[in-house]
Amino acid sequence: MAADAHSLWATLAWGDQGYGDEFVKGVATTLFISFSSYAIGASIGMLGAWAKLCPVRSLNRAGEVYTTVVRSLPELLLIFLIFYLGTPALARLLILLHLADEGLQINPFFAVIAALGLIYGAYLTDVLRGGIQAVPKGQIEAAKAFGMHGTRRFTRIIFPQMIRFAVPGLGNQWLNITKDSALVSVVAQVNDIMSVGRSAANSTKHFIFYLSATAAVFMVVSAVSMVVFSRLEKRANRGVRRA
Amino acid sequence: MKFDPVYMFTIVMPQLLWAVPLTLFLTFGSSFIGNMLAVPVALARISPNPLLSLPARLFIFTMRGTPLLIQLYFVYYGLGQLIPGWMMRGFPFLRDGLWYALFAFSINTAGYTGEILRGAILAVPHGEIEAARAFGMSRWQVFRRVTLPRAVRICLPAMSSETILLLKATSLASLVTVYEVMGTATTIRVDTFRVYDTLIGAGIVYFILVFGLTRVLNWLEQRLNRDRMPISTSAPKPAAA
Repeated sequence: MAADAHSLWATLAWGDQGYGDEFVKGVATTLFISFSSYAIGASIGMLGAWAKLCPVRSLNRAGEVYTTVVRSLPELLLIFLIFYLGTPALARLLILLHLADEGLQINPFFAVIAALGLIYGAYLTDVLRGGIQAVPKGQIEAAKAFGMHGTRRFTRIIFPQMIRFAVPGLGNQWLNITKDSALVSVVAQVNDIMSVGRSAANSTKHFIFYLSATAAVFMVVSAVSMVVFSRLEKRANRGVRRA
Repeated sequence: MKFDPVYMFTIVMPQLLWAVPLTLFLTFGSSFIGNMLAVPVALARISPNPLLSLPARLFIFTMRGTPLLIQLYFVYYGLGQLIPGWMMRGFPFLRDGLWYALFAFSINTAGYTGEILRGAILAVPHGEIEAARAFGMSRWQVFRRVTLPRAVRICLPAMSSETILLLKATSLASLVTVYEVMGTATTIRVDTFRVYDTLIGAGIVYFILVFGLTRVLNWLEQRLNRDRMPISTSAPKPAAA
């Protein structure tokens, strides 16, 4: 058993004899997918929060439909839907607009990032909307009274405070997106940490060892993220009196 | 490949509807087992004894810090590998992915709800526990009659959103050969190459399920918090003096 365990650890060696380098590249890929889709999601979330709060009725309705639909469908199904329906549709659109040549295929790597971004756009819409709504009305009125126009009001008064209220929710969604990035291994081979862990487990048949190693990677990512976000929360709350 | 609503509603949807009971079984089964397990997890997590609280902390962190997909694969492929062959042959249910999925979802729920319940137990007003002690109840009686029911009511909104998440998460069971709604949709998709009909059909089914479950859980929340609701405005107002 001892010798067996030793050879097991040896399979994590660097280079083409072990999975060590694949694991490290997998972590980088997973983090890259998570970061990019989080950035896309946050941009969609800002737009969505604006759409839900602006005075135009049809935009409110559209934002509502988007968040309700995305939030009530399983992430796995949404990833399948966007991967199989969204990307061919986008490719068709680009070809019709003469922006791309016939036979364009969208890179699966970008497809999964877009899919996760669209899903998390809905969750982040509600987080950011809650943050904006938590900004006291009186402060916005005061800003208006000072003669600040829309964008200045947003950058100086609403945004800094919104971030303060939204940081816990933003942190939760970041933790969720890193974990949900494991789902993309089901639709596409993009060599993220989950695909690497699974293929290592499948080819060596040491399921418990490799799945534990993969799980440990996610736990480290979660633990580091939690520390970072609690720092961010402290920073966003500086200058606020504590009860 | 094209989308054909007639095919979707007449051929795909009936098969998906037949799979709904299995999805609901997985949801309610693992919600029930998970919430039961969450009570000892939460109690161990609050315990001043590090021999209890450290393992509980580690368990909760593992469940919340790793993807459910890994947990499911770990249970299905990893633990499944440990079961000796004679047991596999003797007990056919050990060959069925359903029970592995149920187990994985249950322990996952236990971790998430355990953490929620921990907060709720700590939020129970101290006066109520003191009052129960003053009545001469034993520690167990206080917990069973006062602390736990009160804590469950406090965390009911969080628990119901956890249940909705669980309903959506059961779609992962399709990856370990369980033919619930997602699994059935995948089977039809692979057999017929009809991507649009099956995925949109499954989307409609999940949308309805989530909508219905949300309604039921809201009703339950109101029912259990009846004594705390504001007095109905439809009640006749006393005549002005």
